[in-house]
Amino acid sequence: MTDASKKVGGTKKIVIDIVLFALVVVLFVIFMIPFLMTILNSFKVKMDILRDPLSLSPSKGFSFSNYVEAFQKMNYLTAFFNSFIVTGLSTFFVTVLSAMCAYYYVRHDNKFSRICSSLMSASMIIPFQAIMIPLVYIYGARLGLLNHRGTLIFMHTGFAMSMSVFIFQGFIKSNVPLALEEAAKIDGCGRYRTFFQIVFPLLGPTTATLIILNVLAFWNDYLLPSLVLGVKAIKTLPLSTYEFYGTFSADYGLIMAALILTVLPILVIYLVLQKAIISGVVAGAVK
Amino acid sequence: MKKSTIYDIKAGLMFALPGLLVFFLVVIIPFVYGFYLTFTDWNGVSQVKSMVGFQNYIDTFKDTEFWSSMWLTLRYVVISVILVNTVAFLLAYLLSNGIKGQNFFRAGFFTPNLIGGVVLGFIWKFIFSNVFTAVGKTLGADWLSKSMLSAPKSAYFALILVTVWQLAGYMMLIYIAGFTGLSHDVLEAASIDGATGWRRMRSIILPLMVPSFVICIFLTLSRTFMVYDLNLTLTKGGPYASTRLVAMHVYEKAFTSRNYGVGQAEALFLFVVVALISGLQVWMGRKKEVAA
Repeated sequence: MTDASKKVGGTKKIVIDIVLFALVVVLFVIFMIPFLMTILNSFKVKMDILRDPLSLSPSKGFSFSNYVEAFQKMNYLTAFFNSFIVTGLSTFFVTVLSAMCAYYYVRHDNKFSRICSSLMSASMIIPFQAIMIPLVYIYGARLGLLNHRGTLIFMHTGFAMSMSVFIFQGFIKSNVPLALEEAAKIDGCGRYRTFFQIVFPLLGPTTATLIILNVLAFWNDYLLPSLVLGVKAIKTLPLSTYEFYGTFSADYGLIMAALILTVLPILVIYLVLQKAIISGVVAGAVK
Repeated sequence: MKKSTIYDIKAGLMFALPGLLVFFLVVIIPFVYGFYLTFTDWNGVSQVKSMVGFQNYIDTFKDTEFWSSMWLTLRYVVISVILVNTVAFLLAYLLSNGIKGQNFFRAGFFTPNLIGGVVLGFIWKFIFSNVFTAVGKTLGADWLSKSMLSAPKSAYFALILVTVWQLAGYMMLIYIAGFTGLSHDVLEAASIDGATGWRRMRSIILPLMVPSFVICIFLTLSRTFMVYDLNLTLTKGGPYASTRLVAMHVYEKAFTSRNYGVGQAEALFLFVVVALISGLQVWMGRKKEVAA
């Protein structure tokens, strides 16, 4: 594409470039309005928001008080900690278990592994809604396991398995040479050691992609945690945000501050790991 | 048993079993059990449930609210898929010509995808009911000074608008990857042959981008069919159930009305629809793909 645009003559090209740039900037600003408005109003008092949410010079000025109040009232630290534990452990388990499973499928091409592998791929089209009711029945009414963070971690792991295995499988098939493992075996390396010390490190780029995809999915998930975690003390950030909104929905400034606090951790990580996140998301989708 | 079989089994126990176990316990067993639940009258609390035959399926067919939410969802999905992909394709086109600050803009347009539907819904609720109305009053525009979320038609449109806003940045990235992968030789040959502008787009670029379209349409389809969080926090299905999409209907049928059997029968119907549509779509995409 760049080739062709270079062929357009000098001045004409500059004019086109400026017009396109202006168009992109306008679109971008329109796109960002919801965020800008949320940030702007999170620093205002309720009265000023009701009078004019667009105003850049509210009568009471700007202050951090909404943030302080929201931070305390939504039990931010507790919810953050719960989200952190659930997301962290679920991601850890999915990554390790799916890599091991994919490794087995690729290196042991037998009937059993072929059936399991196709079953996993096929299961990716099942909507969560078709599983959630029996899930609540089995783990709630039958086993009484709801209201534990461990149950949520277990379920996150199960639901993320098929996609993760699928992506690892493709990578191992084309990028991990069998010769290395055979050499390790001759050197008397056990099977777990061969896998964790030789194969797993080679999966680096794919592991990074999957960690990004899974962390985003787990951190933001609402429906599954809402079915599993009913007790306030173990609620994750999306759940406590939802609850907070229900209680304070009329206090706009406070709500806006709470929403910003909720998305802040992800945005900070995005600022640092932007490139990795973008390429990870593309890699995950294209496979 | 052969030595290689024993070797396979041992490795299977060591490597595949833990992951498979979790997968079966969380996905497969509940899914299969779900079929059984549709033949019972479980109310969500009691341990006892009795078999009711095909009653839940009959109730599903009689549940007019289910069919209207299904119809709302189908329309929502079709409109969203078209709009999301059009906007995403145009953005990708604009942002792969080496514009200044290209990477910054790409990253910016993608931001909504980092944030969960719950927060996005609340943010937009504020925008629709406070910010847009304030703009309307300032400009003296009557149609804008009432919240879009308060009337059925405009609330439905609002839901689509937010969906497009959220997903376009994600699909844009995939189209950009597609543009980057286009073969320079083919494009050069085309421009030597005199293909420029619209003709170049229609006869060269679009056919070569079919794989990207297949991925993006597949992703938007599955995302929009199952949308729940955004629906819940933006409109809660209202006003007058005008925006209650099927995922929310199934949730309410089961967990609010405590009609688990019917809810599960409806969820399975949703599964069949999703499976058929995504199967059809992937199949059609494969047929149209061209070798480059």
